[in-house]
Amino acid sequence: MWEYTDKVQEHFLKPHNVGEIENPSGLGDVGSLACGDALKLTLAIDENEVITDAKFKTFGCASAIASSSVLTIMVKGMTVSEAEKITNDDIADYLGGLPKEKMHCSVMGREALEAALADYRGVTLPMAEGEVVCECFGVTDLDVIRAIKESDLRSVEEITNFTKAGGGCGKCEEKLRDLLQATINEIPVVPVQVEGPKRMTTLKKIKKIEEVLEREIKPALKKDGGDIELVDVDGDFVLVSLRGACTSCAKSQTTLKEYVEKKLRELVLDTLIVEEAR
Amino acid sequence: MKCNEKDVVYMDNNATTKVAPEVVESMMPFLTECYGNPSSMHNFGGQVGHAVEKARSQVAELLGASVTEITFTSCGTESDSTAILSALQAFPEKRHLITTRVEHPAIKNLCENLERFTGHKYRVTRLQVEADGTLDLAKYEEALSDETAIVSVMWANNETGVIFPVEKMASMARETGVLFHTDAVQAIGKVPVNLNSLDIDFLSLSGHKLHAPKGVGVLYVKRGTPFVPFLTGGHQEGGRRGGTENVASIVGLGTACELAGTMMEEENNRVRGLRDRLEEGLLTSIPNSMLNGHKTNRLPNTTNVSFEFVEGEAILLHMNIYNICASSGSACTSGSLEPSHVLRAMGVPFTAAHGSIRFSLSIYNTEAEVDYVLEKMPHIIAELRELSPFWKAD
Repeated sequence: MWEYTDKVQEHFLKPHNVGEIENPSGLGDVGSLACGDALKLTLAIDENEVITDAKFKTFGCASAIASSSVLTIMVKGMTVSEAEKITNDDIADYLGGLPKEKMHCSVMGREALEAALADYRGVTLPMAEGEVVCECFGVTDLDVIRAIKESDLRSVEEITNFTKAGGGCGKCEEKLRDLLQATINEIPVVPVQVEGPKRMTTLKKIKKIEEVLEREIKPALKKDGGDIELVDVDGDFVLVSLRGACTSCAKSQTTLKEYVEKKLRELVLDTLIVEEAR
Repeated sequence: MKCNEKDVVYMDNNATTKVAPEVVESMMPFLTECYGNPSSMHNFGGQVGHAVEKARSQVAELLGASVTEITFTSCGTESDSTAILSALQAFPEKRHLITTRVEHPAIKNLCENLERFTGHKYRVTRLQVEADGTLDLAKYEEALSDETAIVSVMWANNETGVIFPVEKMASMARETGVLFHTDAVQAIGKVPVNLNSLDIDFLSLSGHKLHAPKGVGVLYVKRGTPFVPFLTGGHQEGGRRGGTENVASIVGLGTACELAGTMMEEENNRVRGLRDRLEEGLLTSIPNSMLNGHKTNRLPNTTNVSFEFVEGEAILLHMNIYNICASSGSACTSGSLEPSHVLRAMGVPFTAAHGSIRFSLSIYNTEAEVDYVLEKMPHIIAELRELSPFWKAD
C-alpha cells in the first residue's frame, strides 16, 4: 500500500476543477491509455495573459488525479509566464510529497501544463524533438536529461521513478545509464576536487568512498547480479569484498581495477588503490 | 493492535486468508506450554514431534499422498525454489526448463535469475497462453525434450483462477522422462487432488492461502524422485529441510488441511454461487466491463473483471472507503509501471488491463456482502469515469 499524504487523499477523493473547457486557449494532452496514465488539461487565458480557468480530466492512479487537481488550483490566477515556471517538484510539494515511485505523476502534470502553454503560444515543444530512448513509454533523451538536471537524479531507478523510462521491458537501461553519466559529467561543480584531495581526512575519505559505492558502483554491479561492500580504508588502500555473482566471476579482478578503482580515483582521490579483502 | 475485521468485506483471499478459529485453537498449546523441540530425546519435546507428525498425516490425507512425501517449508516460494533447484542439481547435464508466461513471481523471477546469473547457461521455454488464459498442449509437447530438467506449471492462476491441465501435463512429462513440478498454492483446498494416482513429482502449497497462518508451506516430493535439499543443516524433515520446525504453524496447517477437506464441497457450491452472482452482477450493472480468463475452467472463488477507461489503483482506493478489500492487475498496484504480466500474456487490451480488479472469495463471505459490493461498485466506476479523458458517456 502506498503512503499517501492527507493532501493527496483529499485531492484524489474530491478533485477540483474536473472537466473540459470548451474552446480552450490552451490544450495539453499527455500520456496514453497504454502507459497507464493520461492527463488532458484545458486552460482559459485572457487578453492580459492571465489564466482565468483551468480544468482537467485524468486517467490514472490516486497520485495522478491528485497532481492534476492541485495543478489546476495552482495555475488559476497566474500569468502565463508565472505558470511556465512551475516544476514537477512544485506540484509534489503542494501535495506534501509523493512516494518516490510516483514522482512521474507530478512530471505528467508539468508536461501537460507545458503542452497547454505551448499550444496557447502556438509553438512546438523542444522535448518532442528528442530521440525516443524508452519505447515502452515513449520517453525522449531530452525528457530524461531534463529530469536528471532538474531533480538532481543519480541512478537509473530514479530516472524511472520520475519519467517512467526504463520501467517497461528494461531494454533501454544501458542508454539511460549513459545519458545519466554524460549529464552528470556536464554538471561542472565537483566540490571534492576544489578543496584539494590530498588534505582529505580518513573519515571524509570513507564517507566519500561509501557515497560513490552506493551511488555509482553498486547499481552497476547489481545489474549483473553482483555487489560490493567496503571492508576497510587504510591510507590509500581501499579494501572491499565482492558479493553475489562477482564472487564466482572470472572477470572480477578486472572489474575491481578497471572499474571500481578507476571510478573511485576519478570521483574521490586519484591515489586510491583498491584491493579485495581476503 | 485492532484490525476491525468485522468492518471489512474481505474479497482478497488469493492474497491471503483469514486464519480459521479452529486452526488458531489447535496452535495455541504450541505457542504456550508445549514449547519443546520436536527433535529432543525427552518426552516433553517428543510429544511436540508427535504433533508435527499428526499434521504431516493431515496434509498427506488432503493431497492423497503418503506422509514420507510431505516436507514442511517456510512458504510457497521456498517450496518452489527447492523443487526447481533440486531438479537442476539432480540432472546437471540438463539445462532446459519449461514453464508458462503466467506463473507467480516465485517461479517467474527464479527462472529469470537462472538465465541471467548463469550467463544463460539455462534455457527457459515459457508457454504462451490463449486469450482466455488456457494453454495449448501441442506447444507444450513440442517443447518437451530429453534436455529438459523440469517442467513447472501452476495448478491454478492466482490472478484469474484459470486451471491448467497439470494431471495430463505431468503424464506427458513422465513419458519423456522429465520431472514435473506444480505450484498448487491457489488450487489446494479448492480442487480435489489425489497425488498417489498422478505423475506429479513436486507440488508446492502455502498455508496462508487455505486458512492457516503465514510462514508455513509444504513441498510434496513423490517417492523415488531424486532430491537435493535447498536449506541444509540439521536432520529435521528427514534431512530434506534443515532448521527447527515452525511447530505451531505446522500444526495449524495440519488442522487447516483437515478443514479444507471438509469444506471443499462448500467452496465448490456455495462460494462458487456467491462468486457467480457477484460476477454477473458486476458485468450487467457496469457498462464496458469484461471478464478476464476462462469462464468455467476456473477456481470457484476467483473472478477477475476489467472496467475499461479507469485505473485499478484508483478503483481500489475508492473501494477502500467502503472497506471492500480486493486486488488489481494495474501497473500502479503491481509495483512496476506495467500492468500484470498475466493479463498482458493473455492479450488483454491496455484499456482493460489497467482497470482490472480481482475479487477472491472464501467460505467466510456472505450473500449480504456480495449485495453490498454490487451496490457500491457501479457508483465507484461511474465516478472515476467522470474524471477519465477516455470515457465518452452517451
